Amino acid sequence: MSEKIQMLNEKAKEIRKLTIQTIGELGVGHIGGALSLCEALSVLYFDAMHVDPADSKMPDRDRFVLSKGHGGPAVYATLALKGFIPMEELHTLNRPNTHLPSHCDMRLTNGIDMSTGSLGQGFSAATGMALAAKMDQKDLYVYAIIGDGESQEGQIWEAAMLAGSRKLDNFIAFTDYNKMQLDGYIEDVNGLYPLEKKWESFGWYVQSVDGHDVGEIAYAIDNAKKIKGRPSMIILNTIKGKGGFFCENMVASHNMNISEETWKKAVELLDKEEA
Amino acid sequence: MLEKEDRWLRETYVDLLIEYAAKDDRIVLLEADLSKAAGTGRFKEVYPDRLINVGIAEANMVGVAAGMSAMGKIPFTHTFTAFATRRCCDQVTLSVAYAGLNVKLMGSDPGVTAELNGGTHMSMEDVAIMRNIPGMTIYEPVDSAQLKKIFPQILAAPGPVYIRLLRRNAVKIFDDDQTFTLGKGTMIKEGKDVTIIASGILVAEAVKAAEALKNEGIDAEVINIHTIKPLDEEMVIASAKKTGAVVTAENHSIIGALGGAVTECLSENYPVPVRRVGVNDHFGEVGLTDFLMEKYGLTAEHIVEEAKKAISMKK
Repeated sequence: MSEKIQMLNEKAKEIRKLTIQTIGELGVGHIGGALSLCEALSVLYFDAMHVDPADSKMPDRDRFVLSKGHGGPAVYATLALKGFIPMEELHTLNRPNTHLPSHCDMRLTNGIDMSTGSLGQGFSAATGMALAAKMDQKDLYVYAIIGDGESQEGQIWEAAMLAGSRKLDNFIAFTDYNKMQLDGYIEDVNGLYPLEKKWESFGWYVQSVDGHDVGEIAYAIDNAKKIKGRPSMIILNTIKGKGGFFCENMVASHNMNISEETWKKAVELLDKEEA
Repeated sequence: MLEKEDRWLRETYVDLLIEYAAKDDRIVLLEADLSKAAGTGRFKEVYPDRLINVGIAEANMVGVAAGMSAMGKIPFTHTFTAFATRRCCDQVTLSVAYAGLNVKLMGSDPGVTAELNGGTHMSMEDVAIMRNIPGMTIYEPVDSAQLKKIFPQILAAPGPVYIRLLRRNAVKIFDDDQTFTLGKGTMIKEGKDVTIIASGILVAEAVKAAEALKNEGIDAEVINIHTIKPLDEEMVIASAKKTGAVVTAENHSIIGALGGAVTECLSENYPVPVRRVGVNDHFGEVGLTDFLMEKYGLTAEHIVEEAKKAISMKK
């Protein structure tokens, strides 16, 4: 295993542990859809993205939009590990007057590029960012993660059509395809299949990877950067609640109660795995 | 004598966009397949890369504009008032206002001026929707002279502004050299017996009503509230103190917009009788502006009637 892959796996594990801890300390939260993001966030923030916590507003930085805004806690863990926010701030998640609300808020949290939460909207904003960057011939990438359940929103496809039509090859998006949503399995509620073909037909360059394999994700991003004239969709085949013994691959993990004993045990198990 | 202007108000709006875009490269336009309605094709001729037509997808247009604002642009979006507000309410609320982004939202064809597009395109509630969004400024121009003076202030405002624009010929009310301030009312005629507070196309009706009232010995004060939010409370309260009776007049539902704002302001600060002229809680329908104004009571005659009622209710 290369050093880079090892480092990215370690970061993903840190993100996962911190996410379990911060939601666990609170006792309730969107744990499932946060834990499916850890590897993607690790690759983005510790490999792919050009960002600098010492100059968090630099104009030519890459942008990241978590359109499925309820995965906020995993992004906060990542931002803390990267140095955008103090590590101790993670303990304030959803507490009164916090800077870390359930859903991402660009006005509250250093390092958040777009406020999201009402599903579908962040993806349009990310499209606008990529358009603006093209207009100004800026050499930067806009990254966005949407949910599979979120892909039932019509606005996703409005933006997909525009980004494809405008050939926004500075736009690299991911679908967190964990196959579950609040009310059940995606295919039982309102199916997305065949997801790859849908994106291809909207003019996107589509790759499908193991969303928990940092090497595959990093390779797909490199590939996406080589494609000219098309935005990229990287479908992350993920497991909802990945790495939490109490929530992995469970529909109920979308938003669940977690006891102190449970989260501590989960972190302990992840630590043991590390050793 | 009140007369209509030679040019459509949208032409002044597009002139201003072209003029200010030359000085400020942050300005971009977004259309959702109504560029021909807004007349922004002229802008595209001058700045072909700065007009993004997203197609018939208003919600996406607002989201894209928000993203462009996050990158430092000042996007001006356009669609009809009905779609700019009720169709995109969540996008305007969250992607723009909640996110603290700077998008100027132009809605055209307010209220009855949607004319032959009829009930589906006729917004009687757009200002009420926008008024409930924190940080939103709402401006409804009266004529081209005013729009020219206010436009740079809209551009300079740090947050979102909803521009409720009549597309066709406005009635000329103001001199070209008059000054206006976004957020401040404009005194058109001082009076002592009753205050008429009007916006948009109802300003001309208010002026006519004041003339009719004068013939009956009633001295009406006429104020234009062009910025419905934030309301110039100081001017509204001062006038109510002077006249003791108020009539509001707007091309909108009487619920939640100018009539609502003035009533709320006065009940909290200086209660006097207020009568509201506007659309009385019903949908629009197909018809030319004059027909619909008559049908819905958006006329000088109706303002006169309500002014007398307001005066009779004084204690």
